[in-house]
Amino acid sequence: MTSVYTWVDERLGLEDLMQFASKKQVPLHKHSFWYYWGGISLFCFIVQVFTGILLMVYYRPGPDAFESVRQITYVVHFGWLIRSAHSWSANLMVASVFVHMFSVYFMKAYRKPREFGWWSGMVLLLLLLTFGFSGYLLPMDELSYFATKVGLGIPEAFPGIGPVVANLLRGGMDVGENTVQRFFALHIVVLPVFFIPILVFHLWLVQKHGNASPPSELEKPQSQRRSIPFFPNFLMKDLAMWLIALNVIALFASLFPWDLGTAADSLKPAPAGIHPEWYYMSSFQMLKIMGSVFPGAVGEGIGIIIFTLGLVLWFLIPFYDGKNEGGQRARYATYFGLLAMAVLVITTFWGYWGL
Amino acid sequence: MSTPSNSSQPAKDATENLAENVMSRRGFAQILFTGVGLCYAGVIGYPIYRYLASPIEAEGEAESTAVSQVQLKDADQLSPSTALMFKFGAKPAVLIHHKDGTWSAMEAVCQHLGCTVQYQGDRDIITCACHGGVYDSHTGKNISGPPPRGLVPFTVSVQKGVVVVSKT
Repeated sequence: MTSVYTWVDERLGLEDLMQFASKKQVPLHKHSFWYYWGGISLFCFIVQVFTGILLMVYYRPGPDAFESVRQITYVVHFGWLIRSAHSWSANLMVASVFVHMFSVYFMKAYRKPREFGWWSGMVLLLLLLTFGFSGYLLPMDELSYFATKVGLGIPEAFPGIGPVVANLLRGGMDVGENTVQRFFALHIVVLPVFFIPILVFHLWLVQKHGNASPPSELEKPQSQRRSIPFFPNFLMKDLAMWLIALNVIALFASLFPWDLGTAADSLKPAPAGIHPEWYYMSSFQMLKIMGSVFPGAVGEGIGIIIFTLGLVLWFLIPFYDGKNEGGQRARYATYFGLLAMAVLVITTFWGYWGL
Repeated sequence: MSTPSNSSQPAKDATENLAENVMSRRGFAQILFTGVGLCYAGVIGYPIYRYLASPIEAEGEAESTAVSQVQLKDADQLSPSTALMFKFGAKPAVLIHHKDGTWSAMEAVCQHLGCTVQYQGDRDIITCACHGGVYDSHTGKNISGPPPRGLVPFTVSVQKGVVVVSKT
């Protein structure tokens, strides 16, 4: 076996990689638990690619979409399991990405030299939400249809270019066959083509800069800081977390399989209590609030501008809280993060309560 | 568990050495991990295999409740020296009205590699374009080329307004 390794090493320089891997250290402190969540998000993404490819074997976009998903769910052997794994893993990925983002934020891992990691991460988050939105329509049942109709109201409400963008996304004035085809192309080709290179960039940055130590750890003298080797110590723990994630997905998919509603029908009225998936509930509720405070299209426009602004500020946090120290800006940044988290959580629960 | 005296120490070492000779801790861990890994591979692989093989299994079930007879409406009007391609269950088939007034029907699936064959009215034979197989148009027997056996024959019953083709 060692001769095979040597043969490949002489041609690819594996030894350099091994040397690098053996030197890589991961900081060990009371907040080290949060280091796993990026990896868990990555694992969920891998599950999505895998189950997504399997679903593509039987899914038919266009007019036959609902029927093909009905067959996958109720006819094809274990189709229900593949589909449920895909839906659950999507939700778990969004949840773990939020945990990852907030833990990075509060550990201030957006500071120099990790700004690009933060920005690429934010782009990945937006792409992920688009993955979720486009994927949700594909079964073309009542829930998908109305959730998409309502959801497209958000870009539509954008002042000026809104309706043009919304019509392009829909492929018409209403959600229908054309929309499914477009969303399918988006979901399986366009989004992956952007997502994967940015993800690779994001992961390479983690390799280059290593895991960030939180401010409390940085204050300690070097002698008091501990770390463990990435290979094999941290890697084993990382893989154990992946195994747990796999078990959670498998358990949820088996015990709480995803159902299929009735076929989408544009002539039917929107069912009572229609709402988007949980990760859009916050925006949904905030728009509702804005709509009641400032009536009409103005209210929606203001709502969208406010959370776009919030998003931009969030994106630009490395410029505000850039210095590697405590102080006023560092504290204010943490407060802003807590405020953002509180707003998201409260509006999400409020949204459900108001149904 | 404490070892207060030296006398108990050698006994403990002996059993530990014995255990290590049977299997080391590392070896045990390796077997355990490999075993669990294989279980996971099986539990994930089995549903994926059945998922991908689903239509094949469905086709298999369909064969047992397969078509045994096809009624071709107005096919009795078919001109002499011409053929009619039709579906018998899931397979393509051919009905031939010969120049001499007789009728024959058979599966149009070439026995070589499965291409759909065709009737040549001018030469009164059945040929396969893929690799040049030739069949007798009355009996379906393989005359020349690669096919190892003849086309699967059907029984033809010509009635007024309909031709009934059934499995032999």
